[in-house]
Amino acid sequence: MSTTAELLKGAAELFPGEVVTSAHVRHFDLPLGAGRFALITLDNGHDHTKPTTLGPQSLANIDAAIDQVEKEAADGGIVGVGVTGKPFIFAVGADLKGVELLKRHEDALAIGKGGHDVFKRLSKLAVPTFAYYNGAAMGGGVEIGLHCAYRTVSAAVPAFSLPEVFLGLVPGWGGCTLLPNLIGAEKAVSVIIENSLNQNKQLKGAQVFELGIADAIFEGADFLEQSLIWTAAVLKGEIVVERPVIDRGEAWDQAVAKGRFVADGKVHGAAPAAYRALDIIAAAKNGDLQQGYDAEDQALADLIMGGELRSGIYAFNLVQKRGKRPAGAPDKSLARPVTKVGVVGAGLMASQLALLFLRRLEVPVVLTDIDQERVDKGVGYVHAEIEKLLGKGRINQDKANRLKALVSGVLDKAEGFADADFVIEAVFEEMGVKQKVFAEVEAVAPAHAILATNTSSLSVTEMASKLKHPERVVGFHFFNPVAILPLLEIVRGERTDDAALATAFGVAKKLKKTAVLVKDAPAFVVNRILTRFMGEIQNVIDEGTPVEVAEKAVEPLGLPMSPLVLLELVGPAIGLHVSETLNRAFPERFTVSPNLAAVVKAGKRGFYVYDSGKPELDPEVAALLQQGDTVLTEEQVRDRVLDAVAQEIGLMLDEGVVAEAQDIDLCLITGAGWPFHLGGVTPYLDREGVSERVNGKRFLEAGVASVPA
Amino acid sequence: MPRTVRDVVFVDGVRTPFGKAGPKGIYHETRADDLVVKAIRELLRRNPGLDPKRIDEVAIAATTQIGDQGLTIGRTAGILAGLPTSVPGYSIDRMCAGALTAVTTVAGSVAFGAYDVAIAGGVEHMGRHPMGEGVDPNPRFVSEKLVDESALFMGMTAENLHDRYPGITKRRADEYAVRSQEKAAKAYADGRIQADLVPVSVRRTNEEAGETGWGLVTADEPMRPGTTLENLANLKTPFRVHGRVTAGNAAGLNDGATASVIASEDFARENGLPVKMRLVSYSFAGVEPEVMGYGPIPATEKALAQAGLSISDIGLFEINEAFAVQVLAFLEHYGIADDDARVNQYGGAIAFGHPLASSGVRLMTQLARQFEEQPHVRYGLTTMCVGFGMGATVIWENPHFEGDK
Repeated sequence: MSTTAELLKGAAELFPGEVVTSAHVRHFDLPLGAGRFALITLDNGHDHTKPTTLGPQSLANIDAAIDQVEKEAADGGIVGVGVTGKPFIFAVGADLKGVELLKRHEDALAIGKGGHDVFKRLSKLAVPTFAYYNGAAMGGGVEIGLHCAYRTVSAAVPAFSLPEVFLGLVPGWGGCTLLPNLIGAEKAVSVIIENSLNQNKQLKGAQVFELGIADAIFEGADFLEQSLIWTAAVLKGEIVVERPVIDRGEAWDQAVAKGRFVADGKVHGAAPAAYRALDIIAAAKNGDLQQGYDAEDQALADLIMGGELRSGIYAFNLVQKRGKRPAGAPDKSLARPVTKVGVVGAGLMASQLALLFLRRLEVPVVLTDIDQERVDKGVGYVHAEIEKLLGKGRINQDKANRLKALVSGVLDKAEGFADADFVIEAVFEEMGVKQKVFAEVEAVAPAHAILATNTSSLSVTEMASKLKHPERVVGFHFFNPVAILPLLEIVRGERTDDAALATAFGVAKKLKKTAVLVKDAPAFVVNRILTRFMGEIQNVIDEGTPVEVAEKAVEPLGLPMSPLVLLELVGPAIGLHVSETLNRAFPERFTVSPNLAAVVKAGKRGFYVYDSGKPELDPEVAALLQQGDTVLTEEQVRDRVLDAVAQEIGLMLDEGVVAEAQDIDLCLITGAGWPFHLGGVTPYLDREGVSERVNGKRFLEAGVASVPA
Repeated sequence: MPRTVRDVVFVDGVRTPFGKAGPKGIYHETRADDLVVKAIRELLRRNPGLDPKRIDEVAIAATTQIGDQGLTIGRTAGILAGLPTSVPGYSIDRMCAGALTAVTTVAGSVAFGAYDVAIAGGVEHMGRHPMGEGVDPNPRFVSEKLVDESALFMGMTAENLHDRYPGITKRRADEYAVRSQEKAAKAYADGRIQADLVPVSVRRTNEEAGETGWGLVTADEPMRPGTTLENLANLKTPFRVHGRVTAGNAAGLNDGATASVIASEDFARENGLPVKMRLVSYSFAGVEPEVMGYGPIPATEKALAQAGLSISDIGLFEINEAFAVQVLAFLEHYGIADDDARVNQYGGAIAFGHPLASSGVRLMTQLARQFEEQPHVRYGLTTMCVGFGMGATVIWENPHFEGDK
């Protein structure tokens, strides 16, 4: 038994639940009389809904397959070796479940080394090797192909990526080292760093070819046949593969520098993966592969044992799994069909909601408002957005016609909502107004219709309290921009029944939103945490800490934007309004900043001016600020802010606002864009010791989003 | 409106290698429509002068038009092959003569002027769709004695044909089968077959059938080179006790697909497409269903009469070998020797296989190769028998003909 085999056997014992991928070896004669060929098919025995992954036993199987073809190649029994995947899937990389189980640095090191040892053998066979990217290829799947001499890609490949940095890893089975040596540092940085940090952007088959990762591209209908004919031609010398010479000069360093700039812009130094990957890419300039592989092994092991990766995997699973099967949602069989939607209000928010319902549900959507002009404006907005989609080629003329015909506006709610199954209001954020609107809707809508409110801070229970049928009212809280942020907080009022709730979750799924069940509590989840967070930042400013110190204090979290930039985006007036609401509910913890009030009163839309290209405190705002004389350090500010957040989340869980800490994190990731490397926020609070300090206990058990004990 | 009948030509034809039907066959895990798609795409690759937008029709035959052979396979295969959605398609069925009928039907439309160019072919995946799948014969066939009960069982009709031609013994049939295998092996050795095959990637997950994973099929699976009379002598006669028809002197149960390009001669010449054969005449004829294998004889009589030709004008024959006896009956009728060199020069379905509705275009593709090699021959004929008592014949002219020498 080779040392590689022993290494993998040890690793496999740590991961008994692996979905094992087989490496089938099949022999046949190539066309053109090119000779006998061995093709390795990676296949986990499931259909395409369970993509092929590479755990330790899977690697051992590939190792054994290579044992076989290595001998045949040495004996002259075959002229080449290929690797491909089961239908629609090449291989989507390492099995993350196995990574989560690793507890020791040396075991993590073994996973990296095991992969390298197996894949490297492909490049050392006595015959040429070929990878045929027939379907989705990610991470280790991409990397096994990079170790081959030649690659083809199917034009039908929908997703191809090295997503490791997105999760908190580096492409560590050769990706960081081989890719820049194949296509140059600039393109490699775009694939490994930029795409990963750009919401894990995937390449399509054509881009894989254009980037030079694949030497040839063929259509999906006969991809493997054409790849094998191409292989035969390459082996016979009829096709000579030529690749552009890589610029190993200054361009290489510039590409790495650009990668660092991108990483700084996205994670602000707060997550190590991108920087570790860039270090390896930078070192790969000298073309020393083994040195690169060793660096990959070390980086993988360090990152696997670090909290950012564990948080990343946790966050990924929240979005992929919990986000699709919301905790606490009633049985979906209780949901009622929604064949027509009413929208009360025709302002910007209402019009955006109308557009979303229209595009996803493709049912009639009726807008109402208090005068014809507003109604016309709302319908006009939707029509204009449909035209934009048509202009961009996102929909065709038939679809545009269909959607336009489905949206209408009327003044008379009785006319508009008489046969609506789901009516959502997006009118002025005031209880009396909303109660009146719901009473009017109830009078004309069918008895089964769901009444939904997009309120961000008012009590759903109270809003429903004066209706004959309060059981059909649900909160349906979207996040701006509605088309982009995935989160939808679904609020169960005290009287809301299961059928209404199930219908709401059913609609959310059709809207392709990440729905989280929330109790009817002030400001629900995201706004409550963000307001507490912002409130603490404002408090320290009001007390005397300079604005820039307060802003810099939370930079190490790597949030998508600084607190005051976020406040600008939300709008200072809305921020003030929400803080007032929460102040009324929880005066002991939520303050109303007099400085913020002053800024709003002065009609300022933000705190910064951007005349120099960089944000600088608006002198007019600076003049308004009345600060005390307590000046804190960045660390003190950070502690105070994180303590406040930990306290608030602890209280929310005690109150039962959501089922578990996982839902808080899912909300922060999908509704506020909080980063994967924080795991939302509770994994970060746990690993920084904040949870213990504030609440006397962790939010998550050790091992859930951290290295298991 | 004055109208001129136009000359119709066979531009090109290809096929997948044929496989053995059943769980161990090479195509057991391959869809029938995918087989057609590979053939159509190969035609387009081989004929870059053919603008896919110009294709007026895709006619694809299948006997069992359900599942992956259903859903109007001519249309679906066209879309799957990447043809523009503006190209229409349909399905066709005349059992074994499906692809042949696809060719003659689109040819009629070309001659009439409705089409300039069309794709015609056929498929049968007898592993996924065994003969008789889903059939529901009207009980009147039996109760009113419209046909003999044996009419539905092709092997029995072959035994019946032996009865009609008592001189055609089992030994003669076996000798014919051995020659078919020899000729096919030689044609392979000479590289005459491979040029018109499209390689097909095939997946296997069943370890009992052989190595698993993806493979590539580049040759016909049913071939049994080296078959001897002794090998055949003791095979069972499953259709009749002490009968004459065996698995050795009949075509097997097979999977495969074919496709061809049929065009007006003017279109082919204007677009720089090859003209491999020129259509002379075609005909179909019915016979008693219980002697189905007799069908090619009256069909050929009609086709010859239409063309004003006699059998002696035909220099090359491609006769589908559903059963050796059916070929021998045809030859005996016309006084042609069992081993006449003009007949099935590359061997036939006994060696290559007979995926029912696909076979007609295989005959044409082989005849086209023979025309190319033998410019002294002016006319050739493709013919086949068809279930429920029919025969189908197409007479072709060799465009390479260099005059009587």
